[in-house]
Amino acid sequence: MTYHEMMVKPMRDEVTRSGVKELRSVAEVDGALGPGEGTVMVFVNSVCGCAAGGARPALALALQHPVRPQHLYTVFAGQDLDATARARSYFADYQPSSPSVALLRDGEVVHFVHRHEIEGRPPAMLAANLIAAFEKYCASEGVAKSE
Amino acid sequence: MSGHVFHPGHEELHGVTVVVRGASGRCWVGRYHERTARGILLHDVAIHDPATVSVDREAWLERLRKFGIKVDAKHVVIPESESARIDLLQPQS
Repeated sequence: MTYHEMMVKPMRDEVTRSGVKELRSVAEVDGALGPGEGTVMVFVNSVCGCAAGGARPALALALQHPVRPQHLYTVFAGQDLDATARARSYFADYQPSSPSVALLRDGEVVHFVHRHEIEGRPPAMLAANLIAAFEKYCASEGVAKSE
Repeated sequence: MSGHVFHPGHEELHGVTVVVRGASGRCWVGRYHERTARGILLHDVAIHDPATVSVDREAWLERLRKFGIKVDAKHVVIPESESARIDLLQPQS
C-alpha cells in the first residue's frame, strides 16, 4: 500500500534537504549505483515511526560531519517500489528492511544499518554509528559531491 | 515529522524486533505486535527450530543481526506455554 504523496513529501524533503539525491526509478538507480565507484550511501526511507523518530534525524546529524560518502542517495520503501527493489539488488546479501542504510565502497557493502538496529534508539546514537562508518570507510575518499 | 512516533495505546515493545526463545527450544525473531491470552503476536518472523535446522541457535541469531531477518512467516502467534523469554534482537548499548 502506498501513501498519498502529500503525506510522504515532508518525509522525502527531510532527507533531500541534507543533500541526498532521491532515486525514484530503476533507471535512476542504475545510473547512480551502476558505476560502483567510490563511496556511496543509500538511505532506504520509510513512513514508519522509527524513520521519523530515529533514522531521518540521525541521517541529518551524521551528514553534518565533514567526512561523508562521495555520493548520497535515497529510495523510499513502500512508495517507489521498483526503485527500492532495484536499489536493494545492489546489496542483495542483506535482507530488506526499512528504514535502513547501506554504505558501499567500490560497489561492495562495507557497512549496513538494519531497521532492528534503529528501533528505539535516539538519533544521536544512530548518527554516531554512521559517523564512525564514514570515518572508517570514507576518510580517504573526500566528501560528498552535489548530486 | 521528526521526533514523532505514533504508537498510541501499544506496549513498549510494539514495533520492535525481538527474540523469543521458547521452552520447546524453538526460537522466533520478528516485530513484536502484542501479547494477549492467545500468546505473543509477531510480524515478519524468522524461525529457528532445532529439530529441522542444523545451525546453532546463537550462530543463527548472529547471522540475523548482521544480514537481517529472512522472513519465514508473515505473522506468528507464539503460545504462552512457549514464551520463556523475550529479548531485543539488537541489545541497547
